[in-house]
Parts: sequence; structure tokens; C-alpha cells
Amino acid sequence: MIRLPLWILGALLLAGIVHLSTVLAMPQAATQDAYSRLAPLTPVNTVVPLAPPTAQAAIMPFMDSAFAVAVCRYDLSSGALKLNAPVSLAYTSVTFYTRNSVAYYAINDRAAGRRAIELDLMTAEQHAEMPEEEGVTAADRLIIESPTTTGLIALRALAPEAGLMAMARRALAGAQCRIEQTQQ
Amino acid sequence: MRLFFGSCFTLLLAAVIGLGATWLTLTRGVAFGSLTIGAWTAWPKSGSVDIDPYARATIARTGELPIGTGDGVAFYAHTDDAGNPFDGRCTFVISGMSPAARYWTVTLYDPEGRLIANTIDRHGFTSAEVVRDASGRFAINVGPRARSGNWLPSGGIEKFILVWRLYDTPIGVAMRSTKEGPMPAIVRKGCS
Repeated sequence: MIRLPLWILGALLLAGIVHLSTVLAMPQAATQDAYSRLAPLTPVNTVVPLAPPTAQAAIMPFMDSAFAVAVCRYDLSSGALKLNAPVSLAYTSVTFYTRNSVAYYAINDRAAGRRAIELDLMTAEQHAEMPEEEGVTAADRLIIESPTTTGLIALRALAPEAGLMAMARRALAGAQCRIEQTQQ
Repeated sequence: MRLFFGSCFTLLLAAVIGLGATWLTLTRGVAFGSLTIGAWTAWPKSGSVDIDPYARATIARTGELPIGTGDGVAFYAHTDDAGNPFDGRCTFVISGMSPAARYWTVTLYDPEGRLIANTIDRHGFTSAEVVRDASGRFAINVGPRARSGNWLPSGGIEKFILVWRLYDTPIGVAMRSTKEGPMPAIVRKGCS
């Protein structure tokens, strides 16, 4: 019976390992994360408007009902991605997520400072392979490095009043994301 | 024999405690680096690559896309300022000045993050549409029955959550103290 505290101590140590490893494994094991929810609805490397959330159905929980949302589910394995999103009258933002829903970059219309948000998205390898010269001439191009080959870009346009939702959706309808043709 | 029972006991206990702790932390939404102002709590790091493993796991489980740092910050409230939990049968008043942000929205959800059905199809307010008084203050009535002014219907459900999202804001990014408010106050005004 003297051994019992030792067994319990062992159990607690083991429990700690079980707890930490399940928490760390969760993002890889999750089947209902945002990417998995969007995969059947969104063709790859295309901007797709999402249905607005209603009480009956929402693609994801905790969506802001005042925003029109479009998503570009990207796959950079065949080349870098070019994103072009015209800004709406009120507020427009673009947020980049990894495959596991980590937001690694976000920009809004004011920070972009133009009438459209224009970005190049590529992996670190693709960025490193970019010709030096091109990097200089394209100094005003904003280049974002994606930590993962696949991921999500969420484009959000605010409808300041419910009546302006159509306007916000129209602004997003002009957004594009496509793979740049790589010159061999 | 004793070794066998001891090992079984240890493994079972470890599995129960370990998995139980994971389940508890993920359903309760444990995350580090929270920023609390009044009844409102935000996790600014959840919108960046500095997100902690618990928040990552929670987001993977619920399937939401957190608001990115650089876009804005989301504050969650489950109770009023006095700690009374949000009950859809009670009326709560949110009042104050607009926080420092280009736009804000406030949205009402059930605990799972779904919108709540109501007859006027209203799930929240934006800073542009909320009705203010002459001094620029606003008051939003959250409750089951129609009110004049800003009425956010709670549909009489047992529990709800309010999410206050600030867009294009220095809060949570530039400043790190709890003095950076003020966030709107929440007061319970009686139950039916």
C-alpha cells in the first residue's frame, strides 16, 4: 500500500503527457475545422462568396452577421497566388489563415491605402526563388509568405446597415485570386 | 499481480485525467494572454501566429475563423458588469460611448456561436446604425420583448453570448493595459 502514492504520481505525470499531446494534436485531428467546413463549398484558388449566417444555418460559428464574406481556398503547390480585392465603401479587410485556421496576416482597406487590396501570396521557397530583378521592379507589390502550402483567405466587407448588404456583396464579387503562370 | 493491477490503475487514471483536462480546457475556451475590460474579454493573440496551443485547439474544434490582428479584435461577454449571467428572459442594457475604432459591431449568439431566430431579423448592431443621444452615447436593450430605440432580441433563450468586435482599432494591438477602455457597460434591468 506504500506504493499507492507512487502509482498515483505516475498516473498524474502520464495524465499530463496525455493532456498536452491531445491538445497539440487537436488541430491536425479536427475534422470540423474551418478549412474542412469550407472545402466542399469552395473550389480551390477561386473567390467564392459565402452564404450569410442565419439562425438556421451558418457555415462557421461566430460569424459577424454585419459582414459579407468571401473565401479563397488556396493551394500554392503549382505556383504563387495573386489576390485582388476591390474595397467597398465602408470597410474591407483581407485575412490570411493557415491550413489550421491560424491567422498569420491581416490587412484592411486603409492600411492598403488604395482602391483595391493587391497582394502576392507565396511559400517561403517560392519567395526565395523569385528572380532578384523582379523583386526590385515590383517594389510596390506586397508579398506575403504563407507558412503552409494550403490555407484560406477570408475577404470581409462591412454592411454598415442591413440595407447595404447587397453593396458589400457586390464589392466582394469583384475580387479575384488566381495562380500566376510561372515562366519556365 | 500487484504490478499488473497497479499499471492498469495508473494507465486508466492517466487517461481519464488527461483526456478530461483536455475536454474541459477546450469546451471552456481556455487561452492565455486575455485582455479584460469590464465584462468584456478578448484574446488579441488568437488573431496572430502567437496564438497559444489551447486557443489553436479550441478554434480547430469549433471551426471558427478568428478575427486577425490588423483587422480587429473581438471581445466576448457572458455576464453583465455585476457578474449576472446572460439570461434571455432578462433585459440587459449595454450603454456607453463608442470605443476607439473605425467601426464596431455587436452580435448576439447562443453559446455555440449560432445566431438566434427572431421576428425582426436582427442579430446585432453596427456603429453606423446604432441610435445615439445628443451627447453621442448609446444604449442597446437586449431582451425578449420589443423596446423602443435600439432593441436586440434575445429570443428568450436560456443563455446567450455577446461579441463586441472592433475593426481597425489600436485596442489590443498598440496598448496592453486595462486602462485602454472604456468598453460599454452592461447592466441587468430586471427579469420577466
